[in-house]
Amino acid sequence: MCRLLFSVLSTFLGLTCVTFFIGRVIPIDPVLAIVGDKASMATYNRVRSEIGLDLPIPVQYWRYLIKVLHGDFGNSVITSQPVLQDLLRVFPATLELSLMALMIGVIFGIPLGVIAATHRGRWQDQVIRFGSLIGYSMPVFWLGLIGLLVFYAKLGWVEGPGRLDVSYDDIVPVVTGLITVDSLFAGEHEVFWNSLGHLVLPAAILGYLSLAYVARMTRSFMLGQLKQEYILATLAKGLSPFRVVWVHALGNVWVQLVTVIALTFGSLLEGAVLTETVFAWPGLGLYMKNSLFNADLNAVLGGTMLVGVVYIGLNMLSDLIYPLVDPRARERR
Amino acid sequence: MNGTLTWRGWLLDPAPVSRRQARLGRWFRAWLAFRRNGLAMTGLFVVSALVLTALAAPLLVDPRAAILQVLTERLQPPSSSHWFGVDELGRDIFARIVFGARTTLIIVALVSAIVTPVGLGIGLAAGYFGSWIDAVLMRITDIFLSFPRLVLALAFAAALGPGIENAVIAIALTTWPPYARLARAETLTHRRSEFIEAAELQGASHLRIIMSQIMPLCLPSVIIRLTLDMAGIILTAAGLGFLGLAAQPPAPEWGAMVSSGRQVLLGQWWVSTIPGIAIFVTSVGFNLLGDGLRDVADSRSS
Amino acid sequence: MSDTPLLTLRNLRVVYPGDEGDLVAVRNVSFDLGRERLGIVGESGSGKSTTGRAIMGLVAAPGIVTADEMRLAGKDLTSLDERGFRRLRGKKVAMILQDPKYSLDPVMSVGQQIAETHRCHFRSSMNAARAAALDMLAAVHIRDPERVYALYPHQVSGGMGQRVMIAMMLIAGPDLLIADEPTSALDVTVQHQVLAIMDDLVRSRGMGLILISHNLHLVSSFCDRVLVMYGGRVVETCAAGELSKARHPYTRGLLASLPELGRRRAELPQLRRDPAWAEG
Repeated sequence: MCRLLFSVLSTFLGLTCVTFFIGRVIPIDPVLAIVGDKASMATYNRVRSEIGLDLPIPVQYWRYLIKVLHGDFGNSVITSQPVLQDLLRVFPATLELSLMALMIGVIFGIPLGVIAATHRGRWQDQVIRFGSLIGYSMPVFWLGLIGLLVFYAKLGWVEGPGRLDVSYDDIVPVVTGLITVDSLFAGEHEVFWNSLGHLVLPAAILGYLSLAYVARMTRSFMLGQLKQEYILATLAKGLSPFRVVWVHALGNVWVQLVTVIALTFGSLLEGAVLTETVFAWPGLGLYMKNSLFNADLNAVLGGTMLVGVVYIGLNMLSDLIYPLVDPRARERR
Repeated sequence: MNGTLTWRGWLLDPAPVSRRQARLGRWFRAWLAFRRNGLAMTGLFVVSALVLTALAAPLLVDPRAAILQVLTERLQPPSSSHWFGVDELGRDIFARIVFGARTTLIIVALVSAIVTPVGLGIGLAAGYFGSWIDAVLMRITDIFLSFPRLVLALAFAAALGPGIENAVIAIALTTWPPYARLARAETLTHRRSEFIEAAELQGASHLRIIMSQIMPLCLPSVIIRLTLDMAGIILTAAGLGFLGLAAQPPAPEWGAMVSSGRQVLLGQWWVSTIPGIAIFVTSVGFNLLGDGLRDVADSRSS
Repeated sequence: MSDTPLLTLRNLRVVYPGDEGDLVAVRNVSFDLGRERLGIVGESGSGKSTTGRAIMGLVAAPGIVTADEMRLAGKDLTSLDERGFRRLRGKKVAMILQDPKYSLDPVMSVGQQIAETHRCHFRSSMNAARAAALDMLAAVHIRDPERVYALYPHQVSGGMGQRVMIAMMLIAGPDLLIADEPTSALDVTVQHQVLAIMDDLVRSRGMGLILISHNLHLVSSFCDRVLVMYGGRVVETCAAGELSKARHPYTRGLLASLPELGRRRAELPQLRRDPAWAEG
């Protein structure tokens, strides 16, 4: 427990160090940005000390850290609102997309990985390996474009970019921020189906990428477990291969998969930056991208911080879930 | 015929007489195992094709064609004069793909050139010296390891400004930690070996032992890992390019080419699709090559 | 010993096809087994474990098993498919592996693993299987079955783990038990205890036992009969008590290289091996 806390804290401090450093090396002079280049030297110096740039670096970092801990990431230049408020507004969209993708990745990826491992070298294995190779070799933004072209523009099977058709905007009150969930609870079935139609393509594309990774890892973990002695013992007891594979071997693979799933979710948040750009999905990724091109550094760094904190949270979560699937890890706490 | 047979016999001799023969024989056996793997050979072919294309780019197409805008020909579909069609600014897409291979290769090469020494250096130092040096270095590694890669690259690009150099720095910063881990693990397995002790007793300096004894043992696994990571690096680079953070126009970069074709995707599919296929094929190639190399290494160690 | 033997093997062969020629792991092994205790000794790679696995139909994928005759309790094993073998495993023939640390599923409680065998063969309810497993734990001399039932493999000692393994394998009442080096991973102090428990159960249930080991002493003191294997072939069969009269040079070599208490020898003689024995 103590170890976990130490690792979480040091990672968080490291994260703030990096964002602080990025904020310092930016070539734009923040003072100049405020006072303009026609200001006198006196004004310049006054503003400089007002925003604390004349203080020693450690003191500046300390001030920055205190601000971050209070959730103060500064104001966004574009929306002129506190960055934190912006982040909380856009994050649910990203969460909805990546959760859906994760579900696809886990629900399909794990069984496919198991099947590939149990049919090692046979056609099932070849097909699954090939399918996942394509998945993790695919540029996600390009797949998104092709998906839009085929399934939206040509076939019309799914809805287009965005989270909802304009006509459905603002019908459902925001509770969780996940439109599919909110609309179901509000009983707005039409909105639900529309939002699902918008969600399905980007989620399927992101889900395919995570599926590829999950299947690949599951396969290699399963191959490792199937070599173990206890597999022979369960077979010698007379259990069916089905039970040996899906209960005993997979039961041990879960231990390793917990970390993989946490990592996958993290990488989905990243994949969301590109996917959201393609699908005009109003989430964190699109927000960061737009901020980036408007030199809105506070917003970019705030977004980085948020994703970093989610990463740390995921690592912590997988450390906490670990003992639930591995009895050997239970004693250590 | 007879000559090749004796060469083969010399290489596969189970009792080599010189160290050179033993080493070459080992490489040759690895190559034989690798050659049996059809997919890995496909990967090798794709990667070689990429390297050759990048090197011979000026011979394959007129260097000016990659940025030359012929507005009268804009958005022409693929034809015998423009194999891959023409983009929205009237540039020949084939020429841009060929020169884009250079951009991709430069990024990959620069990232490798940064990541390998940094990862090896940190990992070797941590594994060799142990104690607090190890603790501190590995803590730093873990911190960087738990960072979101693309997002951090994005933040760096935001601070440093867009451009290939900055994209390379951003990618390298988020790529090195696994190499440090790998090098540390390899070092630890050899650290207490007798040949290291022997070198220590002979009075070899730490630096000498690390460079001449331990590093050569770490290199193969680092190289394999690098090959496996190449696809990821290419995809990240293309992603940054797509967002407009890597190469700046008019320089040809595959990710940026996909992005610029978005506006005309419905009417002129080839503008976006073809550079996307180039990215995809390259990354498949590196993945196949990496998988093949790893399989050979695994079968040799087991 | 009854008239029809429990197990009959005639010319059992196990071959692993390979790039550089086939590897013959077991060559023409033949023996009959009644409700007795048979020991198989040999060094590693002599094919003793593979013989045991072939009887259970557990030779892994590229391996090919052939035999002129292979019968277990009157049932022909040569014509049996995987499904048929599955019905036999645990119910008619069971196997104990070397190290309980690796041969028990680490993420399932030991009690559940024992009950699982019961449920699999008798389609019993959760409660019935649990009760049977608790009885079985008591039968292998575990003092507090209720407590041990809920333990995980990493929480039990080697000796207890091996007793759990015995319970898990005997709960469905097999006729034949194949014990593959059952005590070589255990502390010397508990080796005999575990063997005694196993022996007691095998006798009281009237089962047959094949004890596979590299330990000649152990086998000769525990078994009725001893088979000596070398290079995949049975080179000698004799009654355990008459081992000292063994004629084959390999067996004599094995005997000669055993250290003895009360006799001081400067050097143990080296075991001489002759490839012709495997061809012979």
